[in-house]
Amino acid sequence: MLRGKAFKFGDDISTDLIQPGRYNYLRSNLPELAKHVLEDADPTFASRVKRGDFIVAGKNFGLGSSREHAPTILKLAGVSAVLAKSVARIFFRNAINVGLPVLICDTDKINDGDELEIDLASGTISDLTNNSKLTSGKIPDVMLKILSEGGLVPYIKKYGDFKV
Amino acid sequence: MGKTLAEKILSEKSGIDARAGDIVIAPVDTVFAQDGTGPLAIRQFQASGFQKLANPASTIFFLDHNAPTPTKELSNDHLLIRDFARKCGACLSDIGEGICHQVIAESYAGPGDIIVGADSHTVTAGALCAFATGMGSTDIAIAFALGKTWFRVPPSIKVNVRGRFPKMVSAKDLILYLIGKIGADGATYMSLEFGGSTIDRMPVSQRLTIANMTVEAGAKTGLFPSDEVTKKYLESRGRGVKWRPLQPDTDAIYEQAIEINAAKLEPMVSKPHTVDNTARVTEVKGTRVHQVFIGTCTNGRLDDLAITARILKGKKRHHDTRLLVAPASKEVLLDAIKAGYIKTLIQAGAIILPPGCAACVGGHQGILGNGEVCLSTANRNFKGRMGNPNAFIYLSSPATAAASAITGVITDPREIA
Repeated sequence: MLRGKAFKFGDDISTDLIQPGRYNYLRSNLPELAKHVLEDADPTFASRVKRGDFIVAGKNFGLGSSREHAPTILKLAGVSAVLAKSVARIFFRNAINVGLPVLICDTDKINDGDELEIDLASGTISDLTNNSKLTSGKIPDVMLKILSEGGLVPYIKKYGDFKV
Repeated sequence: MGKTLAEKILSEKSGIDARAGDIVIAPVDTVFAQDGTGPLAIRQFQASGFQKLANPASTIFFLDHNAPTPTKELSNDHLLIRDFARKCGACLSDIGEGICHQVIAESYAGPGDIIVGADSHTVTAGALCAFATGMGSTDIAIAFALGKTWFRVPPSIKVNVRGRFPKMVSAKDLILYLIGKIGADGATYMSLEFGGSTIDRMPVSQRLTIANMTVEAGAKTGLFPSDEVTKKYLESRGRGVKWRPLQPDTDAIYEQAIEINAAKLEPMVSKPHTVDNTARVTEVKGTRVHQVFIGTCTNGRLDDLAITARILKGKKRHHDTRLLVAPASKEVLLDAIKAGYIKTLIQAGAIILPPGCAACVGGHQGILGNGEVCLSTANRNFKGRMGNPNAFIYLSSPATAAASAITGVITDPREIA
């Protein structure tokens, strides 16, 4: 069970907004890079986010560049899951590969700052602030298996190959 | 029941009768990373316990995004890549050789191939009928080691283009128009498959421009049929043996079909800060431009430089507008020198940057100042993309960019030529 606060963002949050290209020189220093996470969407986010909190976004979250640094630094900054109306393809795959859960749901009902509780196994999202429940869409089995191992590196270390 | 190009290629490679929605495992013909994504891919490869590449000769590292490097940290990343490539026997495309997607088109991609790269614009090779798609560093690290990866077979949208482009309208205007029409998520998880009489006549250089930007509509891949145009291109590159015909079946099932009349298109732009925020050039003309950037994997090829040189010949850039030109590859630069384009551009006041991504990614070579506007031939105009979140990026064709460099404001190229 995951528990934390919702940080709301709008539609079309690009990976350039999540990991600005001007910090590419920090890509081999991920903890330092994580201090700039989402800086161009909300300059105060990195200093406010606490371990366990959630990104709650509109449609097409993570569009653009294939930079896996984007989900990696979200996770390093403490984000425990991304909730969005829809996510871009490469970001989706990258997030699962680094062990960051992504839940597709109607995020309109969640407000910024709401306290959420998420049961990943059932995909149930409980908004404890406004006392409502949401259910997320199903993700493909192959991705669930990777996520349940904590990401693609531990998955491959365990199985040595793709088990589809 | 017939198959789309995506279904055909993934069926052939995976050995199963693959249909949209199926999950398949398929071998990859070419796998690559660049200097921005390569270091993480190398670390994930090592963290997974691997030491050997599945296919060193078709594993490539490109030094193109921050090349030559502007900081010691990036220089150290380059060192890591050089060292790994040497030890594992991977190919290294060094600084100045060109942008990964251009070099992949020139020297690697062919019809029916599967190409995966740690760069979202890997889709560019779809112009040569390769199922090419971008992935993150970890997926690429595993593909380095296993020589294969998993795919969800995408459903397809068919885009039929008919009619001749009007004067000063090109492939870039077509793809901007399409993205504006379907939106930045209009083809998410899908294959965009192009056909029609306009596409049949279109040279590979312009097909590359369109395929390159299919990811800006969310597409997993953007595919063109393999035809006589593809054949001639591969022959011209000394790779004629790579050619074979490949077309979608006439009874293939598409999610949707989109019809576009090229004759009715106009010069287009994307306005800040999303690619689908499109407008006709006539709607934004007169907007002050501080920097014009011509190049990238979208529009840094020889015919892009040809139209730029044709418009700028005997003219000067506006004295308050910087003009940056970066050829997409060393080959393009050499050909442009031979054709006299580079001399024309320098005489018009252009700054010629080394072949590579140059100003596109915001790391070096043309970062914008606060409040500045750039008109770029690249594929992305996200906030902060060119290194400054307080700057504004418009996207256009090389013709519109060249015309605007002369006047210092966004200009309809039909009024200049």
